[in-house]
Amino acid sequence: MTVIYNREDKIFRGIVTGGALTSLVVLGLIGLFLFLRGAQVFNDKGISFITGVNWTAGTGDGAILDDFSIGAMLVGTIVVSLIALVFAFPLAIGGALYLEFYAPTRVKKPLVTLLDLAASIPSLIFGLWGIEIFTRFGERWAILLSKWLGWIPIFNVQFENFGRSPFIAGCVLASLIVPITTSVAREVYSRTPRDLVDTCYALGGTKWGAIRSVVVPYGKSGVIGGAMLGLGRALGETVAVYLLLNLVFRYNFRILESEGGNVASLIATKFGEATEYEIKALVAAGFVLFLLTLVVNMTATTIVQRSTPRA
Amino acid sequence: MTATIAAPERPVAEPKTPWSPTRSSRIQTFTTLLIAGIVAGVLVLFTGVAGLDGFGVTFFVLSLALAVIRTARLGSKERTDMLMKVVVTSAAVLAFTPWLSIFGSVIFKGYVGIRPNFFTQDMGTTVPDDYLEFGGAIHAIVGSLLMVLIATVVTLPLGILSGVYLTEVRGRLSFLVRFVVQSMSGVPSIVAGLFIYTTLVFATDTFSGLAGALALAVLMLPTVARTSEEVLKLVPEDLRSAGYALGARQWRTAFMVVIPTVRSGLTTAAILGIARVVGETAPLLLTSLSNTVVRVNPVDGPMASLPTYIFGYLQIGTENAVLRAWTGSLVLLFIVLVLFTLARRFGGKDKR
Repeated sequence: MTVIYNREDKIFRGIVTGGALTSLVVLGLIGLFLFLRGAQVFNDKGISFITGVNWTAGTGDGAILDDFSIGAMLVGTIVVSLIALVFAFPLAIGGALYLEFYAPTRVKKPLVTLLDLAASIPSLIFGLWGIEIFTRFGERWAILLSKWLGWIPIFNVQFENFGRSPFIAGCVLASLIVPITTSVAREVYSRTPRDLVDTCYALGGTKWGAIRSVVVPYGKSGVIGGAMLGLGRALGETVAVYLLLNLVFRYNFRILESEGGNVASLIATKFGEATEYEIKALVAAGFVLFLLTLVVNMTATTIVQRSTPRA
Repeated sequence: MTATIAAPERPVAEPKTPWSPTRSSRIQTFTTLLIAGIVAGVLVLFTGVAGLDGFGVTFFVLSLALAVIRTARLGSKERTDMLMKVVVTSAAVLAFTPWLSIFGSVIFKGYVGIRPNFFTQDMGTTVPDDYLEFGGAIHAIVGSLLMVLIATVVTLPLGILSGVYLTEVRGRLSFLVRFVVQSMSGVPSIVAGLFIYTTLVFATDTFSGLAGALALAVLMLPTVARTSEEVLKLVPEDLRSAGYALGARQWRTAFMVVIPTVRSGLTTAAILGIARVVGETAPLLLTSLSNTVVRVNPVDGPMASLPTYIFGYLQIGTENAVLRAWTGSLVLLFIVLVLFTLARRFGGKDKR
């Protein structure tokens, strides 16, 4: 069918297309401006900007030179996000399976509302809750972990000070990303063809049998996409990590030690009293974070869109 | 000769729902949970197992053990089924508990500071650790409302246009637009703040409410665009055809038929967008900062907002300052809750 648009319609379509492309333009501008403002630092430091450990502001008189690099913070970002993902993934799968297959109808509705609501709790409130309420529980578990599993390097601690560790921050981040991961997983699971599940029951399979052999394989890629969306959120989280983690510039893989940090909280922490050159370094750090989350999110989006075909 | 075996005459069983739990299995479930609960409670009270989390873990382990005992006479399949039921349910409980704990603690700790002056006074003449009878957060509430309002005014038309493009114009770039919108929703909030900082704040050399609002707009756009698309998709094709059949051009059909049909759905889009950004802290730390008095001019220097208010007083860390932060959180959570309810209300209208 060929449609012929007159001038009015062409103007209309032009304006609408322009409006729709704003997001593309904004996304491009974000990348462009962060890159331009941070370019000097990339130029000065080269690859050592993302591999180095130090973040030292110079004194200006040449006694101490500026040395900004985000290696430690990148490692911290990944460590905290992975901890969050390790906790959040099974919980989200369990939550989604429960809501779709186990929950009685009477319980299901309020729980779905709670899930949707939890997705809109600001991360600041997660941080506040984490530091004022959760830390007590988290410390107790950290002590147990270091006592019984201390021989595993990542659970080893040098200083018996268990608060503000990547472990606790990771736990809080986990509860922060569970809503989005659960929502996606539930969406994917609910699309499992009903007759396949029923076939399983008809063949004498148990509920778990049906879930294991039909539902989980069917929703695999969608659930992985959902987990990556959660990961993307954890990678870019600022205030919750800021409140829950001591910023220490050192490669730290001991997750119970109270030191760590991530790129986003680095920006929030150093921004206030930064020198002009340090601001440039922070913007450069923001650019790296932007690229990192963009790659993760685009991959996740592709996976989710492919596995949930649009009606 | 073939022997036929006559089926003994028995009354045909009424069709039931064999998948729903029977009375006896319900009683069994209840008893096992009760036993597990009591034993775990006793352990917590009289042994070294401590606290709510200790109770939870013991309860979980006991439930698993009891599930094994319950299915002892059945096959391994049934046992796995029962065990996985316990595991899945426990995972769900563990996933939902933190959120309930958050709501509980925010209400419990926040209500202490809910006094009239919290909504009528600012902090201009009050030190952070002053008694809660003095000072309030009116400046932060006004600031938040103002910034969110500006962000909505900027974002809503763009978001709707994006939705209209995907559902009405259906151009060649549809896939790209959808993809970019989705990816943009994952941009870290601090990056949005940095972006506005490197552009607007750099250019004007002032931190301002407007800068904060624009940073929020960057974060709000994807939500509004995506929700707009979802609701516009609900418009039946017949309505468009009817519009065209009456001789209306595409733009008239879009603006006079399609968009009015989903007016309340688009309201939902705006509300969801607002709910998405009203609690954002990180971008405001780089753009609008915070102040202590009511300010209504968005281009006149730093402007407080509820998130930066909470963040600031939490950082100060003295007893009353932290209480102020909790109260601020309660107000913020209440706003989110109201927006959420409104979104449901409006969202439900179109589907009917």
